Amino acid sequence: MNVPDNLKYTSDHEWVLVDGDVALVGITDHAQEELTDVVFVELPERDKTFDQGDAVGVVESVKAASDIYAAISGEIVEVNEDLSDDPSLINADPYGDGWIYKISINLESEVEALMDPEDYEDFIS
Amino acid sequence: MDEVIQRTALHSTHEELGGKMVPFAGWEMPVQYSSIMQEHTAVREKCGIFDISHMGEVFITGPAAGERLNALLTNDVSKLSIGKGQYTLMLNEQGGVIDDLILYRSGEDSYFAVINAACIDRDVPHMQQHLAGDGVDFRNESDDWSAMAVQGPHAADIFSQVLPDMELPPRNGILEKDGLIICRTGYTGEDGFEFFSPHDVAAEWFKKFIAAGAEPCGLGCRDSLRLEVGFPLNGSDLSEDITPLESGLGFFVSLDSADFLGKEILVKQKADGLKRKLVGIQYTGKGAPPRAHYAVESAQGEVIGELTSGVFSPSLKSGIGMAYLPIDHTKIGTDVCIEVRGKRFPAKVVKKPFYKKG
Repeated sequence: MNVPDNLKYTSDHEWVLVDGDVALVGITDHAQEELTDVVFVELPERDKTFDQGDAVGVVESVKAASDIYAAISGEIVEVNEDLSDDPSLINADPYGDGWIYKISINLESEVEALMDPEDYEDFIS
Repeated sequence: MDEVIQRTALHSTHEELGGKMVPFAGWEMPVQYSSIMQEHTAVREKCGIFDISHMGEVFITGPAAGERLNALLTNDVSKLSIGKGQYTLMLNEQGGVIDDLILYRSGEDSYFAVINAACIDRDVPHMQQHLAGDGVDFRNESDDWSAMAVQGPHAADIFSQVLPDMELPPRNGILEKDGLIICRTGYTGEDGFEFFSPHDVAAEWFKKFIAAGAEPCGLGCRDSLRLEVGFPLNGSDLSEDITPLESGLGFFVSLDSADFLGKEILVKQKADGLKRKLVGIQYTGKGAPPRAHYAVESAQGEVIGELTSGVFSPSLKSGIGMAYLPIDHTKIGTDVCIEVRGKRFPAKVVKKPFYKKG
């Protein structure tokens, strides 16, 4: 199971990469493996503001639909439009081309409180 | 009610093979081993093997067996020759579907039927009541048999590798030999067979078929495979409130031969004309995968029904589903919409099967 060192994690199996005042968010390798073949992604709405934990979109496999959550509170500043054409990017490259959205960081404390890689590894084991 | 979940004789084999176990119809069954998409493709292109031990097996024997079965089931049992099987339906007095099943005639006065797992408790007393008596012995042996379905274009090759001394019966045929029952049928739209054995040898056979090239497959792709070819699932697409004529299964209902339970209602319904019918629906573009219970709307935005089944078709790469719609919306090509989380995805009423071989 791939759990990169440079990321933070949520208990909803999202990863967060901090880039200045914006966070890049996707779902973890573990999550994509549990979901298996992603066949549809309902992307978050751009420019919309969410509270941490709000459902912002949906990832669907053949088997089931799973919500994607706001990893932190903030405004959605960009979404990965490539996923509309090729949802399987989430399976192929969950930490790279399979990223889902960028959200503004409103509260540093929320980012700090996210799980470290070691904690997330414990969480999923 | 006793809610203890049952395990098949193949349970530990599924765990060894990495099967993800889920509850289904009172049984703990593998939903997938690798991925639904991969397993689905294996069945369409090569061969897959499914544990179907949860399904029920009943035996009906005796000089009056054929006649008694013909008075209970919709298809014409008198047309069933020895060694062959037929898809048929068992109705209640209102003409609603209690279960869909395959009835095989294994001898002059010997019949074998495979019934749905979720229906065993409903079917057995009903069959007992209508079949058992003078000249007929009815036995429910659902607890005594393990079963697996080997499905896909390579299934016949795999059969001859594993059982070189046996001949696979012809399409819809049945063979009973050495304590095994082999039926050339399935629920995937592919060639294949269902294989019934005693529990103690089930894992051994399952592994032999895998070693010969069958990929273990779970209930996840069983559902996507059957839906692609438009096979109904009882409990989802069929119910006791719906007649087989409404379900589009008229081909398996013989209204011009012997009387069977529920027939009068069907005769009347046919004469009066159907008010609703089960149709196939396919997305015209991309969209969130359709799933059971999503609302079906007319092109004008009026809710006209709900999906009884729905899936993202791995073979067609498109959303497909089935729904009962009012008869004036059932013409092939009718525009409809599927509503998913407040969004509407355009779709059309299409001919079943959705997927046709090559």
